[in-house]
Amino acid sequence: MPEVKILEEVCKGCGFCCDNVCPVDILVLSPDRINSSGYHPAIVTDMEKCTGCGYCFKICPEPAIEIYK
Amino acid sequence: MKKIFGRPAGLTETLQRYCPGCGHGIVHRIIGELLVKLDIRERTIGIAPVGCSVFADEYFNCDMIQPPHGRGPAVATGLKRTRPECIVFSYQGDGDLAAMGTSEIIHAAARNENITVIFINNAIFGMTGGQMAPTTLPGMKSTTSVKGRDIEKQGYPIRVCEMLASLDGPYYLERCAVDTPKNVIRSEKALKTAFMNQINNKGFSLVEILSMCPTGWGQTPVQAKKWLGEAMVQYYPLGVYRDRSKEEK
Ligand SMILES: Cc1ncc(C[n+]2csc(CCOP(=O)(O)OP(=O)(O)O)c2C)c(N)n1
Ligand code: SF4
Ligand code: SF4
Ligand code: SF4
Ligand SMILES: [Mg+2]
Repeated sequence: MPEVKILEEVCKGCGFCCDNVCPVDILVLSPDRINSSGYHPAIVTDMEKCTGCGYCFKICPEPAIEIYK
Repeated sequence: MKKIFGRPAGLTETLQRYCPGCGHGIVHRIIGELLVKLDIRERTIGIAPVGCSVFADEYFNCDMIQPPHGRGPAVATGLKRTRPECIVFSYQGDGDLAAMGTSEIIHAAARNENITVIFINNAIFGMTGGQMAPTTLPGMKSTTSVKGRDIEKQGYPIRVCEMLASLDGPYYLERCAVDTPKNVIRSEKALKTAFMNQINNKGFSLVEILSMCPTGWGQTPVQAKKWLGEAMVQYYPLGVYRDRSKEEK
């Protein structure tokens, strides 16, 4: 089962990964969490569904995403 | 568990100071991966432009040099000719390449210098505050075309790939984008080809990458990603504009 790790301190909350990128739509910007730069980082809502396709990583400018399999 | 995607060793640990949603970071990651995958990191010299990526020397984990605005292709020419064993890439914005450095890029392409040029077209002068660039679209607002670029007064944009394709010199020219995973994957392939051509001593390769500048465009990152796919791609069609390997077959 693939696992996506968002590096909260590296994420700039751009929302790219949350917008029409993930085929199973499990990424959202967290309304509650906030990092030390003041950005709301992306979070994974349902890790079970992740296919490990890597699209979220590829569109991430930082990159603030790591994927494990 | 094994890490299958993550920060490549071709990038340093320094966090990039780009705005949220800036396309520069996506292209940096691709180059950082290629430095490792093609096993060229130890012998690569990168050239940072003037523009938002002026600090690229802090981000790429290879030797770097930072010349005056637009002079990347001239400096790359000198480096490659004196150190042919090195892999030399020039990373340039649209202000850097299509305004200040128009002369340098045309002549390097015409000479078919064996270098790799990565051209980040975000249709704006990002670093200095969103002024009009030669690549700014007709009607597009910038801080120096507040009512939108007026082609009567401010002229037409320059399509760099098409312009360079009018020369016999260049070996490989392609325009890509980084607004969707599919286009990012296409950019990965194009940049790999552009580095491989240099490794195989084929000559001048340039990959133009349409890239988001949410700050300069006055849009949110997600709006910028959409606008690129809708408006920018219309004016700057994606595709291969020159590939002399096809003629060799
Ligand atoms: C000869 C010269 N003219 C003008 C400038 C000021 N200047 C610095 S960066 C820049 C704009 C760069 O835009 P671009 O190359 O598109 O890079 P971006 O920031 O958009 O990535 C300008 C006009 C300069 N440094 N040198
Ligand atoms: S790897 Fe693919 S499926 Fe998993 S979160 Fe990222 S985009 Fe979604
Ligand atoms: S694409 Fe990267 S920086 Fe943007 S929200 Fe997703 S994880 Fe954060
Ligand atoms: S101004 Fe534009 S090009 Fe510069 S860092 Fe911000 S988004 Fe990127
Ligand atoms: Mg620019």
